[in-house]
Amino acid sequence: MPVAYFLVLSSLIFSLGVYGVLVRRNAVLVLLSIELMLNAVNLNFVAFSALFGAHGAAGQVFALFVIAVAAAEVGIGLAIVILIFRNRSSVDVDELSFLKW
Amino acid sequence: MLGIAGAGGIGPFMWLVPGLAFASFFVVLFGGRRMPDRGHWTGIVAAGAGLLLSLWGFAGLATGAEAVHRSWTWFQFPGISVGFGMTYDFLAGIMFIVVTTVSLMAQIYSTAYMRDEPRYTWFYAALSLFTGSMLLLVLADNLVQLFLGWELVGLCSYFLIGHFWESSENSSAAIKAFITTRIGDVGLLFGTFVLFIGAHTFDIAALNRAAAAGHIGQGVLTAGALLLFLGAIGKSAQFPLHVWLPDAMAGPSPVSALIHAATMVVAGVYLVARMFLVFRAAHAALDVVSIIAAITMLIAAAAALVQDDIKRVLAYSTVSQIGYMMAAMGVGAYSASIFHLFTHAFFKALLFLGAGSLIHATGSNYMSDMGGLRTRMPHTFWTFLVGAAALAGIFPLAGFFSKDEIVGEALRAASSGRQITAWIVFASAVVSALLTALYVTKLCVRVFYGEYRGSTILHESPRGMTGPLWALTAATLGAGFLGLPVVGVFRHWINIPGEAAPGFSTLYNLVLPLGSLVVALAGVWVGWQVWARGRFVLEVKGTKLAPLYTFVAHKYYLDDLYLNVIVRPIQYEAARGAYSWLDRRVIDGLVEGSAHITGRVGGALRILQSGHLQRYLALLFAVLVVVAGVVMN
Repeated sequence: MPVAYFLVLSSLIFSLGVYGVLVRRNAVLVLLSIELMLNAVNLNFVAFSALFGAHGAAGQVFALFVIAVAAAEVGIGLAIVILIFRNRSSVDVDELSFLKW
Repeated sequence: MLGIAGAGGIGPFMWLVPGLAFASFFVVLFGGRRMPDRGHWTGIVAAGAGLLLSLWGFAGLATGAEAVHRSWTWFQFPGISVGFGMTYDFLAGIMFIVVTTVSLMAQIYSTAYMRDEPRYTWFYAALSLFTGSMLLLVLADNLVQLFLGWELVGLCSYFLIGHFWESSENSSAAIKAFITTRIGDVGLLFGTFVLFIGAHTFDIAALNRAAAAGHIGQGVLTAGALLLFLGAIGKSAQFPLHVWLPDAMAGPSPVSALIHAATMVVAGVYLVARMFLVFRAAHAALDVVSIIAAITMLIAAAAALVQDDIKRVLAYSTVSQIGYMMAAMGVGAYSASIFHLFTHAFFKALLFLGAGSLIHATGSNYMSDMGGLRTRMPHTFWTFLVGAAALAGIFPLAGFFSKDEIVGEALRAASSGRQITAWIVFASAVVSALLTALYVTKLCVRVFYGEYRGSTILHESPRGMTGPLWALTAATLGAGFLGLPVVGVFRHWINIPGEAAPGFSTLYNLVLPLGSLVVALAGVWVGWQVWARGRFVLEVKGTKLAPLYTFVAHKYYLDDLYLNVIVRPIQYEAARGAYSWLDRRVIDGLVEGSAHITGRVGGALRILQSGHLQRYLALLFAVLVVVAGVVMN
């Protein structure tokens, strides 16, 4: 399969993620969109590794790392969301502007 | 540069004494309020340890240890190097003993005297800071360091005069003292600069050497010495800047004893002593010192005679006695001057602490509210009497020896060389001695004899107050003998730097001491006849003396002169134009302008900081896309 197929799919997913992060108002969906972006990157890693992998499975190992880091990130992110919900009874990102002066 | 001149026993460690006091200041300031004793033990222990060290150090000097000179470079510019160091010699040693003794006594006394007063802990912190600063001044080996201590003691004086700042009278007395001495301080600062121009050093010993060797031009030298003396006039309350000292009595009595009688106000005398060779090498300087001092001792002694406030009597007396010390410096009686400084510190501190005890009991500063306290307050009476007799110059108390020596030296100077000024000093010293005996007698009679005129229930002061009184009484009784012709150690300890100890004046036979004793006793006798027995009535109203009396009672109109000629115009007319334009437009313009610009820039930038996470991210992606586009092309 040509590499272009993977790249097109990956960039579609990534753009979807960017759109979600920038536009979605629910903090949980913002986090999910970030996951989409990360997985788009993972797809690129695996595709490049499988098609042009001159150095063994380095790209795939990297993808595993990204998955592990993403799991940690989403853990912290959700914890923050829960705390914000407890404090403000809302997870609307538009209302979370209280960090500015 | 690290110069060590001989191993001086404990001498090289004398910086510990001010160090202890400064440490005590910080400990009391930050921890005093949490201590069960509210901080006084820290101060007392520091002063007590300082006294022991001072005595140890002095004993070392007296048994032959060399004076210590050390200097480190503090900061440096091309061509200008300012050191930070110490000079511990006999002069500094004597001052150390005086400062630590009186400080210790004042602090012990204050445990009782200040017990129920506000800001007790702060009071002790300030006393420690004062002690440390005064010792820093004394220990200084260069004029810049001396100036540092000089300003610090002025600051402490301001704090402590205004200790009861709730009354506006006290806080304006503090401000008056601060500003008046500041006029002198400008002189000291410029004198330092002028001498630096002349000799390219701030080092006191080097300046004295250069002046004595004639390496400094006569004009520069005279200007420098006179400017330094202006500083001494301000700090030591000499005419015409003495006006702050009587008002400084608004401070608590232990402060008056420590700062405004025994230590800080003699800093001017100390300055002249330290720079003595500079003063002597300049033609007119010592004559100016003599004349100013002669005027001061006379007018202050006369003013003391007409005051009713007991502390003001003592304050004018202090001014007058410092006049004696200055005059002695002026006629070259270096040793006699410092000897009088030494004895005066003890008996004047004693008198002030005694006055505090009287005020504590009667609740009034005024002699017209006292009377008949002899039997009710026996401890205060006897100790006060000793101090008063010493002040009046009665044999064999401290004041007799030291004052007598000054009179003798003035007479010797008068008969050899510098006649006119020395004769003036001699004459005014004799007249002042008579006046001193008079006002001292008046003071004692009005306070201790007759009927009690106040309204409070009398009680002797607690032991915390009488203890220091007795200790200072012992010092007053003993200190004079150090200068006795037979013992005569004092003038071997303290004399003009680089010269052998002078012999006792040829006139120091029996005639002179007897003469001054007769003068003192005559003053006491007249005073006793007038105020105790009522033999003569001193009625000046309606006589030719009435204008003179009014003149003296109004403090020579000096306060009115300063108020109307200097203070008022600055407050109102002259200042209005220049001041308001400069202040509103230039100074305020700069300050407000910079704030305005900062505010504008912030206002423009705050649009970016919306607090919306998604806007930040959008910005981030936008920048990323742009950067990626640029990099790829």
